[in-house]
Amino acid sequence: MDAATTLEVEGISKRFGKDTTAEPVLADCSFALETRKLTVLIGPSGCGKSTLINVIAGYEKPDAGAVRILGKPVAGPGADRLAVFQETALFPWMTTLQNVAYGPLVQRTRPREKVLEEAARLVDVVGLREFSDKYPSQLSGGMQRRAELARAMINEPTLMMLDEPFRGLDAMTRELMQEYFVRLYEERRLTVLFVSSEIDEAIFLADTLLVMSHRPGRIISRMAIDLPRPRLPSVLTSLEYLHYKSEALELLHAEAMKAFAAGSKAAADFVDAYAARDEGEPS
Amino acid sequence: MTASINLRKLRKRLFSKTTFRGAVAITLVFAGWELGSRFKMPILGSIPPPSDVLSVLHRITADGRFWHHWLASFQRIFMGFIAAQLVGIPLGLAMAMSLATRRFLFPILEILRPIPPLAWVPTAIIFWPTTESSIAFVIFLGAFFTVVLNVIGGARSIDQRYVRAALSLGSRRRDIFWKIVLPATLPSIFIGMAVGMGITWEVVVAAEMIAGKSGLGYFTWASYVGGNYPQIIVGMLSIGIAGYVSSGLIRAVGKIATPWQRPL
Repeated sequence: MDAATTLEVEGISKRFGKDTTAEPVLADCSFALETRKLTVLIGPSGCGKSTLINVIAGYEKPDAGAVRILGKPVAGPGADRLAVFQETALFPWMTTLQNVAYGPLVQRTRPREKVLEEAARLVDVVGLREFSDKYPSQLSGGMQRRAELARAMINEPTLMMLDEPFRGLDAMTRELMQEYFVRLYEERRLTVLFVSSEIDEAIFLADTLLVMSHRPGRIISRMAIDLPRPRLPSVLTSLEYLHYKSEALELLHAEAMKAFAAGSKAAADFVDAYAARDEGEPS
Repeated sequence: MTASINLRKLRKRLFSKTTFRGAVAITLVFAGWELGSRFKMPILGSIPPPSDVLSVLHRITADGRFWHHWLASFQRIFMGFIAAQLVGIPLGLAMAMSLATRRFLFPILEILRPIPPLAWVPTAIIFWPTTESSIAFVIFLGAFFTVVLNVIGGARSIDQRYVRAALSLGSRRRDIFWKIVLPATLPSIFIGMAVGMGITWEVVVAAEMIAGKSGLGYFTWASYVGGNYPQIIVGMLSIGIAGYVSSGLIRAVGKIATPWQRPL
């Protein structure tokens, strides 16, 4: 792989706690991202997606393996790869504008006036001009997520990571946010790693779909989603879309079953019965 | 915000249901007290009735010396209180930020904390050169521990999401302190200040027993020694009202300093 690859994850393993016999969250997890593409990482709940994001962001150290941004190994958190999480991390004591301007202001790479100008422009881009002097607690969930997008984008990160950013929003807002995010991506073409646990969201957004296994998490499949851009909601009813969806669902279903069975003996029995029924069916 | 809007707001608040309910409660307490005292009910019968207190109050408020006591107490309290903030807030922040500092100082703090301010009085008299400084020291102690503990608690319970986000966005250690830890702790600092302010008025009597010749605590104690019972009540209520006003002031400043906590 050439040195200029935006993100390379190589053989990451991670285990929590001191018990070395415990099952690791991530085991030998490897993948690379294509530059200026939107890659969606999907997997059953509890498969280590968030842990992986935390490792790439530099918040957690892996037990083995390496993360490289543009060929350079990451040592800690940095503004070259920014993450937006499900729970808002906007600073409650700063207004929308102050939040968006925070990164470049503490990095002191640009003059203050220029930063504030750019921040105001981005606040406008995410549709929050009238809320630029409001505090996060005065914004709705969808507005908070858009403010966070602006706060990350102003730094022009090499890699944007979004960890289930629209989870917890109501269905309508969530759909609008997905459409809005697709448009934003298509205009700016940042390199994006988007974590999702919802198949429709994943295929609607993705250029590439990475499917992750149940614990210990690693990438089990890579699917190119060759749907036309700009992506419009109408794509959700196209035949190609349904084809991608059934292909992904098949992969995910097996993993989801494993995740489900891991919960209890009763669930494991259910899964065994389910598998037996599948085998018994004439195909 | 303009003055006219503030005036309208003030009028709205003065004639609100909240004010009405508070006034009714106070009136009921005074009425019960008056009746209980006049009809020699147990316990209440030995306390002078509010009408007597009011007549003493009327006479006494015309006397400049009474207001001098108010002023003296306020001066002492603000001196001791501000000293407690100046030492307590940085110390609390240092203990929250550095594990070594916390491990080093916490045991001392926890041994000194349960000692009531009254028990400090003899040491305060011996230790400090002037009476005034001894009094201010006892008041200082009243507020100090509450302030330190609130600052530590506030600074240590900061959501790690904010620190992580700040680190990702390129903050240095200095930025983390000034732009994240300090503002995140500010609400706890003001809670500590409001509670600490209440405690300083609680200890003012003990403090002014140190050969004080002025102050509301001294005034109350001197009234008891002199056998002027209605005047004791005047002194007590004065301390209560002064405490209420000072805590209210702190809360008002806190509201202005932490605008993000106000739902608009």
